[in-house]
Amino acid sequence: MATGTQPQPNTSSTGSTSKPPDAPGTGGVLTGTRAAIAERHLRTDRWWLSPAMTALGLFAFIVYSTWRAFANTDYYHAPYVSPFYSPCLAESCEKMQGGPNWALFGEWWPLSPALIILIFPLGFRLTCYYYRKAYYRGFWASPPACAVAEPHKSYSGETRFPLILQNIHRYFFYAAVLVAVILTWDTLLGFRNPDYEWGHMGLGTLVFLVNIVLIWAYTLSCHSCRHIIGGRLKHFSKHPVRYRMWGLVGKLNGRHMELAWASLLSVGLADLYVYLLATGAFTDPQLF
Amino acid sequence: MSAETHAGEGAGTHTRPDAEQAEGTGTPGAVSGGAPDASGTSYIAQFRVWRGDIDGGGLEDFKVEVFEGEVVLDIVHRLQATQAPDLAVRWNCKAGKCGSCSAEINGRPRLLCMTRMSIFDRSEIITITPLRAFPVVRDLVTNVNYNYAKAREIPAFVPPQGLGPGEYRMQQEDVGRSQEFRKCIECFLCQDTCHVVRDHEENKQAFAGPRFLMRVAELDMHPLDAAEESGLDRKTTAQDEHGLGYCNITKCCTDVCPEGIKITDNALIPLKERVADRKYDPIVWLGNKIRRRT
Repeated sequence: MATGTQPQPNTSSTGSTSKPPDAPGTGGVLTGTRAAIAERHLRTDRWWLSPAMTALGLFAFIVYSTWRAFANTDYYHAPYVSPFYSPCLAESCEKMQGGPNWALFGEWWPLSPALIILIFPLGFRLTCYYYRKAYYRGFWASPPACAVAEPHKSYSGETRFPLILQNIHRYFFYAAVLVAVILTWDTLLGFRNPDYEWGHMGLGTLVFLVNIVLIWAYTLSCHSCRHIIGGRLKHFSKHPVRYRMWGLVGKLNGRHMELAWASLLSVGLADLYVYLLATGAFTDPQLF
Repeated sequence: MSAETHAGEGAGTHTRPDAEQAEGTGTPGAVSGGAPDASGTSYIAQFRVWRGDIDGGGLEDFKVEVFEGEVVLDIVHRLQATQAPDLAVRWNCKAGKCGSCSAEINGRPRLLCMTRMSIFDRSEIITITPLRAFPVVRDLVTNVNYNYAKAREIPAFVPPQGLGPGEYRMQQEDVGRSQEFRKCIECFLCQDTCHVVRDHEENKQAFAGPRFLMRVAELDMHPLDAAEESGLDRKTTAQDEHGLGYCNITKCCTDVCPEGIKITDNALIPLKERVADRKYDPIVWLGNKIRRRT
């Protein structure tokens, strides 16, 4: 910027004047050296709509998924297993022929087996760069919207515990890839009929197919994936394959927000579909 | 403060009594609630402009004639020419390339010269204030020295050893990424909107802001930057000295960038991932150790 302004007298190294920064306002945009405007923001658009919708959407999913994760029932209806319960790692899991029954936790696990595996997709989404933006804005108002003053007196961002743990996102990404592989297998198992005969397809198979495509698209569009695939390189020209893959992931990454929401919705709908089948609300329409 | 004091504000800070004739916009726009012109291409807009200096000030109401195709900076110039000759505003190219006319319009950080009047409803009251993250100088002019101080803290490009001027050779795919960051016009709208410093003056010491973290990312991605070989680890210093950890990637910097640079997705998050490589990922750390030994 061409300032055309001579340095101010009494200017500190960061450009603030020597006047106490908090006088006479209370800090932030009300700091004494800044333009004296009493309002904390002057936005006239519906800036609150986006964080409100985000918070509402996330809250609705949290309520639904918490209920389903603790329910420990109605999560399997041959040949479909709810993505919330796959893989099922406790002895208490329903028996799923060819399905993801691996009783690694044995008989001692007293709670819903969903709680074991959901830690990983939950951690992946909780530390995801998009969801961080979403919940920082929607739930924590930090900031509620651009150029709208946040209500907090101090701010340390992701420099301290616990938010410094956001840096382990890549490990949740690795776990999410494994979970996605298992959910892919579950989707393949959906090409059976309720008698476990291959070569059939129901409406549920379509639901699971859409879900797994969105899950993979969301997982691969992750910023950590983009970095691991090629972003960390300094010389793309020496790694043409990784460069090309980085470009492809980059295109997906541009849709990360949309994919985050679409996959969140699809995973919830896939679970709901299994729940409705398991409770006998309707029978799965067979396509062939 | 007198109008003369204002006229000395800088190249772009002055009154222009002949503005309309020079720009061919037709009749002068000094109005007090008059009707649009006969051709129907103009209308009377209501503005609230912040006037004052570091000792205080407030929003003043104006009614100004607006013509088709104009931007907010045109209206500010008309105000200077007709109703507020001592109104201070910083501007230069009027083409969105110099980054001088940064201000806040209806509470949103924008370039005055790139904000078309046609995006506003004709009955809307348009509020113009100076950037609210920086100390005010006068009217719409702020002291942006914070940014220059932060710019000086970023170590410059380190030339590779053994290559003289004119001998640098780089592949396009190696420099493509950082070329996006070179589009920056240093309007400092991203610095202004970033809540880390906008809402917390105390963080200005520790946090470089999105513009300068983007500069660190640009240098760290530069194929010929030899900082690491010379003992300067840009990844570590991004976190430890330039405050990358303060960024909670809420993307306001990207939202306001007039050049459309994807600051968060292409600079800040990749830089956070590089920092994670260095400081928070034991496997990468171990891999690098083993690779160095072999």
